[in-house]
Amino acid sequence: MRSSIPATLVAVSLLVIAGLLTAGCTTTEETPGPTTLTVFTAASLTGAFTDIGRAYEAQNADIKVDFVFDGSQTLRTQIEQGATPDIFVSASTKHMKALQDGGFMDNSTVATFLGNSLALIVPVDNPAGITSLADLDEPGVKLVIGTKDVPFGDYTRQMFEKMAADPAYGQAYQDAVMKNVVSEEMAVSSVVPKLALGEADAAIVYKSDVSKDDLTKVTRIGIPAEYNVVATYPLGVLAESPSKAEAESFIAFVRGPDGSAVLTDYGFDPIPAGN
Amino acid sequence: MDLTRFRQETNVFEYGSRTLLRRATLTLLTAVLLALFLLFITLPVVSLFLRISPEAFLRSLAEPVVLDALSLSFITATVSTAIVVVFGTPLALVNARSDYAGRELVDTLTDLPIVLPPAVAGLALLMAFGRRGVIGQYLDIFGIHIGFTTLAVVMAQVFVASPFYIRQARASFEAVDRLYEDAARTLGASRRTVALRITIPLAWGGLVSGAILSFARALGEFGATIMFAGNFQGRTQTMPLAIYTTMQGDMDASISLAIILVVISFAVIAAVKVVTRRSA
Repeated sequence: MRSSIPATLVAVSLLVIAGLLTAGCTTTEETPGPTTLTVFTAASLTGAFTDIGRAYEAQNADIKVDFVFDGSQTLRTQIEQGATPDIFVSASTKHMKALQDGGFMDNSTVATFLGNSLALIVPVDNPAGITSLADLDEPGVKLVIGTKDVPFGDYTRQMFEKMAADPAYGQAYQDAVMKNVVSEEMAVSSVVPKLALGEADAAIVYKSDVSKDDLTKVTRIGIPAEYNVVATYPLGVLAESPSKAEAESFIAFVRGPDGSAVLTDYGFDPIPAGN
Repeated sequence: MDLTRFRQETNVFEYGSRTLLRRATLTLLTAVLLALFLLFITLPVVSLFLRISPEAFLRSLAEPVVLDALSLSFITATVSTAIVVVFGTPLALVNARSDYAGRELVDTLTDLPIVLPPAVAGLALLMAFGRRGVIGQYLDIFGIHIGFTTLAVVMAQVFVASPFYIRQARASFEAVDRLYEDAARTLGASRRTVALRITIPLAWGGLVSGAILSFARALGEFGATIMFAGNFQGRTQTMPLAIYTTMQGDMDASISLAIILVVISFAVIAAVKVVTRRSA
């Protein structure tokens, strides 16, 4: 009798597992709230879109805006795997293009609405005495950039490529700068503290990534337009969205005077509709 | 169910139907809990193996980012474990064998990293050894910078992994019967000889399993490393950091590294079980 207990245990366990697996295959239908807009938004827009969403809700009491902030790549993957937001706001045209090609977007609504550019930041006390990009190749400068897979890291590499192509800097400059890279970060949020603590001497990030609070700890140095890489942000309504009219009204708000003011405040360059 | 008929038809009167029923319910409940929990633990781990083909796994093993992370992780975890053993063994022996004022405090301090979140460890190391840290500012005068170096990786690992060895070592030393040590002493052996020839050999199994656990913890260290040492391939990008980094671009490399860590972790637990059973 006793010896048969483990056998029973195993048998029952298997039954339970089988039951759970079949249960997992059936999905329950969920009825969405009548006017809740789900907006998948690139992480670099977290601050700006939170503010815009609040302003929009204040003006439209019957519409609630829910944001999901994450890397554009992650959000794209989630949509491809079956997530159904109403609006997708991407930090790169690449991911929007992929979703358009896959038939996930309502193509007539997709538009480029925002530009963002790179900036050089240094700690306020600037221990390495950096005043422009030209100082980044000095031996011993501790430079932090993004990994090649996150947009701000990708654009930084493109910028150095452009500079290498210019005889004023040349390949030697690019090699020396890349040698000065001490860390490749995944998010700007971890870059600013490294400068504030004096661990690193300089970093290249999105202009918009430096918040007003950060400016007490780091100084932003402009990058000449001929080397700077401008990132463009597209947005659009999803083909499957049940509330397209509301989604388009939200997009109009983002691109209107209220939205543009917030975005400019955060360091972005809004691109007017119709361009 | 008709229990009277059940009782009549079976030969198990002595158990009583209520006992049988209670036992069956208990079995069922245990089985459900066991199955649910096993499923919860196993499914995610198994999913890692299902999401990648063997060819893609082998292909990503040749990726420089994977190779660099593997070798860096093994070198740093080995060095960290060696440091922990060298510094931790005397400490564990002293705390197991002698009673002094403040021993409890020392015990608590050495255990602290186990409960501290790695983010706290990383921040604490930055505050101490960062370029403007309490100690770092003086090192800076001599041009010594620890941040963003492999040394920073090792320091983060030693910090978080040391309690795993020290706790185990102390427990193993305490388990050694004093009778043997006293016998050796009365026969004229010095304290050093007793420690080296009696106490340490008797505690050997525990010391080895403690070192293995410590190595595994060092291998898995993430939070303190990324905060204190940064993320640079071949210099500070250990396996967990590489998993986090490649997830953004090369998912295959990420999954391959994760699988390697799963296999190592499994082997570590198995090794600890074997070592402790043999010495018991």
